[in-house]
Amino acid sequence: MSEHLVLRVVAKLLIPFILLFALYVQTHGDFGPGGGFQAGVIFASAFFLYGLIFGVENARRVVPPVVVRGLVALGVLIFGGTGVAAMLMDGNYLEYAVFAEDPAAGNHIGIWLVELGVGVTVSAAMIAIFLSFTGRQG
Amino acid sequence: MITAHLPALQVVIPLLSAPVCAVLGRGVFAWVVTMVVAWVAFFIAAALLFEVVTNGPVSYEMGGWAAPWGIEYRIDRLNGPVLVIVAAIGALVTPCLRYNIARELAPEQQPLFYAAFLLALTGLLGITITGDAFNLYVFLEIASLASYTLVALGKTRRALPAAFQYLVLGTIGATFMLIGIGLLYMMTGTLNMVDLAERLPAVHELRMTRAAFAFIVVGAGLKLALFPLHLWMPNAYTYAPSVVSAFLAGTATKVGIYMLARFVFTVFGADFSFNIMPLGELLMIFALAGILVGSLVAIFQTNMKRMLAYSSVAQIGYMALGMSFANVNGLVATLVHMFNHAAMKGTLFLVLACVAYRIGASNLKAMRGLGRRMPFTMAAFVAAGFSLVGLPLTVGFVSKWYLLVAAIESGRWPVAVLVLVGSLLAFVYIWRVIEVAYFREPHPDAPEVIREAPLALLIPTLVLASATIYFGIDTDLTVGVARVAALTLLGGYQ
Repeated sequence: MSEHLVLRVVAKLLIPFILLFALYVQTHGDFGPGGGFQAGVIFASAFFLYGLIFGVENARRVVPPVVVRGLVALGVLIFGGTGVAAMLMDGNYLEYAVFAEDPAAGNHIGIWLVELGVGVTVSAAMIAIFLSFTGRQG
Repeated sequence: MITAHLPALQVVIPLLSAPVCAVLGRGVFAWVVTMVVAWVAFFIAAALLFEVVTNGPVSYEMGGWAAPWGIEYRIDRLNGPVLVIVAAIGALVTPCLRYNIARELAPEQQPLFYAAFLLALTGLLGITITGDAFNLYVFLEIASLASYTLVALGKTRRALPAAFQYLVLGTIGATFMLIGIGLLYMMTGTLNMVDLAERLPAVHELRMTRAAFAFIVVGAGLKLALFPLHLWMPNAYTYAPSVVSAFLAGTATKVGIYMLARFVFTVFGADFSFNIMPLGELLMIFALAGILVGSLVAIFQTNMKRMLAYSSVAQIGYMALGMSFANVNGLVATLVHMFNHAAMKGTLFLVLACVAYRIGASNLKAMRGLGRRMPFTMAAFVAAGFSLVGLPLTVGFVSKWYLLVAAIESGRWPVAVLVLVGSLLAFVYIWRVIEVAYFREPHPDAPEVIREAPLALLIPTLVLASATIYFGIDTDLTVGVARVAALTLLGGYQ
């Protein structure tokens, strides 16, 4: 347990901040640099760090592959579902302006939802790639 | 109200069903979803084609952004029929997937297989329906990545290098397309195909436009496996699961041909492609070489799937040859052959899927004496095989006929002779199989009792096989639609 003590302590300190920074990039993407893809990668990198320091077995316990697969699918469904919701509200596919009285506010809501979908899928896909590479035998 | 959204739904329904399939735990549920979705996509495509034929082109603004700026989905008389071909083959192979996949894949892989299948369908439909050059590239990547996965899921380990080879060459093709589209965007500042067609004549003389043209033609050539860029195809079709080979042979190369025709005739314009650039001569040489080399190599194959893959190289040659004449009859031949080849190659690969299901192999030895044991399956093989040769009363005859008319019209009788030589070669490789199946005793090691294939495999095979006969006799529908599409192609956007 005492192996790599410094690494373990530093990683434990860093991981919450990495996750928080990912959420910042995700939600602040419409005002500053960032967006769903970048946020997803940063979010996943926290799990990579955890996996590297505490072992792949522990990482698999934190995010079981079944959950990861579900999240990959969920993100795509959030993105596509936003488009379908616009269609149900008398707009064209992905026409966000119909989400609110004010078209600008509607666009804001639509982009926020779509970016959320991107973030979920990208982070889950990154984790899935990490797990499948590290889980390979031989 | 829902009819106005059909262009978006055509792509969105399969796209969103793919993640649903991926999370469904059991293969059976995913299969049901896939089958329902594929048939819905087929009915949407048919409704869109009907709308286009009666009321002219349909346009849909993605996200409500107006055309040259936003992504436009545009269905006209060229891509309407292609949508129907792709969706029809997709719908017809889905009943077969259950048997083929249940036997060839581990249970936990099956939902992912169906997700990849739906994504491939999404990509191919998307390439066909979109009116935006960059959107076309995105769908090209979706379709390609999904097809690499489908090929890699083949039963033997040799599927993996085959898929990797396909991935390397396919990625080069897609990258070339992207470079070409990027250069077009640089020259014109637009990605909408209608808009591109209007702006490109002003920059026809510039070298950058010609470079863009070259990149796009080579990129599309790799995707549609035009000789000598076909090297990925024999391995990919041989080692993919049999039903996947039927699906890809019926759809992916057809969409490649459509992509080439779309860029060559409507985006760049026939005048630029055939008068300023020497595309006619190039296509003709490579098409004829493909016809002869593909057919010759097919004769010497003992693996039936590999034989059909080389035969596809030759058949793609016929389609490219029709395009190279740049006249109405040549294009009719190309477009009719897109439909015909989808039907007959689909049938032949499904026959191999039936044979593989009962016998577990698809080489020439396995076919011994099958004529008596699987009569319906082998009858479908004979119908589609004769169609491949181009015997009268089959669809193959119709496309060969227009090809010959086009060749003689443009005064190229040596080309007509070579087309006939190609047909003779096709007869040789088809007859080898028929002889073995009908006139040889069954293999001594073969199981005593071989029954006919299960109905879920047999019915789609027979439906496709009867299409190769029916549309060979009643040519009004296919030739009529193809002629209108050919006139649209030569006339540019209206």
